[in-house]
Amino acid sequence: MSTSIKFEQVRKDYDKNTVISNLNVMIKPGELFTLLGPSGCGKTTLLRMIAGFHSIDGGTISFDDQSINDIPAHKRNIGMVFQNYAIFPHMTVYNNVKYGLKNRKISKQEMIKRLDEIIETVQITAYKDRLPNRLSGGQQQRVALARAIVIHPKVLLMDEPLSNLDAKLRIDMRRAISEIQRSIGITTVYVTHDQEEALAISDRIAVMKDGFIQQVGYPDTIYLRPFNAFVATFIGHSNLFTGTVEKENGTTYVHLTKDYRVAIDTLTEEAQAEASVMIAVRPEEFTLSEDHTGIRATVKHRNFLGKYINYELVLDDGRSIEFTQDTNLKNRFIEVGEVVHLEAIPEKINVFTADGETSLIAGVTRYVE
Amino acid sequence: MWSELNQKLDFWNIMTLIMFLFFAVFLIYPLGSLLLGSFQGSDGSFTLEHFQTFFEKKYYYQSLLHSFAVTISVTVLSIAIGVPLAYLMATLQIRGKGIIEILIIISVLSPPFIGAYSWILLLGRSGVVSKFFMEHFGVTVPSIYGFSGILLVFTLKLFPYIYLYVSGALKKMDSSLSEAAESLGVTGIKKMTTLILPLVLPTVLAGAMLVFMNSLADFGTPMLIGEGYSTMPVLIYSEFISEVGGDAHFAAALSTIMILITTVIFIAQKYVVNKKSYEMSSLRPIQPAKTKGIKNVLAHLFIYVIVGLAIIPQVTVIYTSFLKTRGAMFIDGFTFDSYRKVLDRMGDSILNTYVYGIIALIIIIVLGMLISYASVRRKNFFTSFIDTIAMFPYIVPGSVLGITLLLAFNKAPLLLSGTASILIISYIIRRLPYTMRSSAAIIYQLSPSMEEASISLGYSPMRTFINVTARLMMPGVLAGALLSWITVINELSSSIILFTGNTRTMSVAIYSEVIRASYGTAAALSTILTVTTVVSLLIFFKVTGSKEVSL
Ligand SMILES: Nc1ncnc2c1ncn2[C@@H]1O[C@H](COP(=O)(O)OP(=O)(O)OP(=O)(O)O)[C@@H](O)[C@H]1O
Ligand SMILES: [Mg+2]
Repeated sequence: MSTSIKFEQVRKDYDKNTVISNLNVMIKPGELFTLLGPSGCGKTTLLRMIAGFHSIDGGTISFDDQSINDIPAHKRNIGMVFQNYAIFPHMTVYNNVKYGLKNRKISKQEMIKRLDEIIETVQITAYKDRLPNRLSGGQQQRVALARAIVIHPKVLLMDEPLSNLDAKLRIDMRRAISEIQRSIGITTVYVTHDQEEALAISDRIAVMKDGFIQQVGYPDTIYLRPFNAFVATFIGHSNLFTGTVEKENGTTYVHLTKDYRVAIDTLTEEAQAEASVMIAVRPEEFTLSEDHTGIRATVKHRNFLGKYINYELVLDDGRSIEFTQDTNLKNRFIEVGEVVHLEAIPEKINVFTADGETSLIAGVTRYVE
Repeated sequence: MWSELNQKLDFWNIMTLIMFLFFAVFLIYPLGSLLLGSFQGSDGSFTLEHFQTFFEKKYYYQSLLHSFAVTISVTVLSIAIGVPLAYLMATLQIRGKGIIEILIIISVLSPPFIGAYSWILLLGRSGVVSKFFMEHFGVTVPSIYGFSGILLVFTLKLFPYIYLYVSGALKKMDSSLSEAAESLGVTGIKKMTTLILPLVLPTVLAGAMLVFMNSLADFGTPMLIGEGYSTMPVLIYSEFISEVGGDAHFAAALSTIMILITTVIFIAQKYVVNKKSYEMSSLRPIQPAKTKGIKNVLAHLFIYVIVGLAIIPQVTVIYTSFLKTRGAMFIDGFTFDSYRKVLDRMGDSILNTYVYGIIALIIIIVLGMLISYASVRRKNFFTSFIDTIAMFPYIVPGSVLGITLLLAFNKAPLLLSGTASILIISYIIRRLPYTMRSSAAIIYQLSPSMEEASISLGYSPMRTFINVTARLMMPGVLAGALLSWITVINELSSSIILFTGNTRTMSVAIYSEVIRASYGTAAALSTILTVTTVVSLLIFFKVTGSKEVSL
């Protein structure tokens, strides 16, 4: 049975410097949970607190409702995959994988069976008797994964496990990790600062900034319904506008510019008339207007990227925005220098309070279970 | 509550405590009482009279002047020999380079007093070379005794430090630097002085410090060859011997002065080197080039002469150990008599050397690994303190340390004087820094995640240390342990003060045999010591696959 992990009011201080002040989140049994955020936001710190390599300076972390605060690292039963693999150079691949098992009370047959199984699963059979210094990065990563999983840990922790691999291998290993994790159903906490990797691999993602969780959600919720402007801009790209809410004859509008507003029916009650708001529109959430309604802009650059075309446009007030268009032959492509009007797709755009901190779209919450 | 106490009492905290106690008892307490003793009159009251006496009487303070004259000259000469030697060896193709390197290592690792004693055999009053010149040309060679002899022995013994340090730095220098200089039209001597010298200067200074400290602290050489040219260690020794029975306050004051001087020099050197060191790493080390003509001949000549001179003591000792003797004289014909005599009368000293050495070495390795690990990976006030304290003996002259230990442990409850333990303790304290330093250096190269991987796989910190960290530290530990071992078996300055009839070691026995002018047995013992050193070196090369010794 898989393990759940619960964080309650967790705090971390380095000397006098508090890097995580009050963190609360629940990781469900068997899920692949990703911590995503810019450099220095505390992902590694949090992961190492789970592993027991950093003290927990406040609050509790529990596995299945049992606090692990006072359990030393070597008794926590955790599998960890390190960024630099940390394969023991003085042992063969086989002995590396066996190292953790030797320490447990299991029969010899059971041990051999488990070893054979895992070595098969991560596909390292061919070089199991080699010393690790002659393995490629991807191969070492597989060994590290096997070594961490074979002890049947309660949770698996991975800190940027793919960041030392080249682009192609990264995608292969991403798939391998995801498959293996799913097949054994082990609760996994995965750290990355690569958003594409996070979106591809995760069951749920926690987006962090400065030691705070900005949002927890499924990859699609995080992308489509970001809880605040930081998430909207950190995951993918969003054009931000400051505007106001307007209510007229029972219809609610938001103004993106003085002369352009969209009717929108996804806002909460909190969005009161005349309130100023922040609006996030992704490049693909614009359409070209044929009748001169919308935001007036001049095309400055055009980048043809195969599947779509990316434009950089300049508004009348001098700000730049981005717009992307599918490469569909039915679409009218626009030229550099051309003046166009862009309309936002009302059901797609996101609206936040003026400070960008909280979404005003109905049903969007910080934590999605 | 329990768990909190349990966490506080983890393996490393307990080890830190044990190590702290060890140094508190065997280093801080003795040095502290020495320091206090130097300010005490015979009735125990506070006084500065010992220091006053020292600076008032020429007989005393001139030893200090002598010491400075010797150490400064030796350091300058060693640099003048060591730097060009390293430069030539690195940039030119030299025939027999491998052997030359080994010979240099052997000469630096052999006991210094063997040098003094062989040069007496060669150039002394009845030395072979002196007699040869006297009989054939009627020429008297200049006296080897006194300042010039000390200078000769120390320089030939210590220039290898500079050579080895500078060679190491040159290996790290990328040849693109040198090529860049050449492309700018800077070549030859100019290149050496404007580019290479400044880059290796911090290394030269570090090596110079070692030379300085070694020549300042060495006791055997000036004692044997100085003949009245008394230096500080000699003065301390003779004052201490004559004061015994009294409470040795004057010797304590002399020791305090010595420690003060070495501390100041050590700190000054650290300060200068830290300010001036450059990070270098080379992808493409300098390749030795072929030269022809007179330049080539001169380079070879210089190298062969220097290394030849440096290795002469070893050759002399080995050769004379097989000569027949009558009294203090060597006579014609070869024999094993000297060895027979040694085994008969001094077998115990050989056994003592090995037994004490091995015990000390084991403790040094264990302590060195634990302290270096704790001070790198478990940095806190206590571990840093232990780290600093353990390095301190690096700058305490051996004879001073010997006196300190003897004074501190000559009464109950810790009555150790006259036992083997006190010798072993002194070896551990004196030679631990070598192993500690090179162990610490390798820990910095190990990724902490290796240990964390082991811990997360269920091994406690202690078992992780044994299974993983200790294993990965081995190359560094062995390199340091080799030096610790060789310097332990060659140790004289503190042994000469701490030994008694039953606990004398080979180096003490050689020293007493030389004093008694029993040159045959001294040569045989020295040969055994030299062979042990060389064999240890070869075993080290074989086990580690390395070809270098890091001092
Ligand atoms: N040992 C330490 N001592 C003091 N401060 C630390 C220590 N380790 C991390 N920090 C600080 O804590 C904050 C969080 O660091 P952490 O390593 O958890 O970030 P991260 O999210 O993993 O970043 P990255 O993506 O760069 O790996 C940073 O501001 C960092 O400077
Ligand atoms: Mg990190």
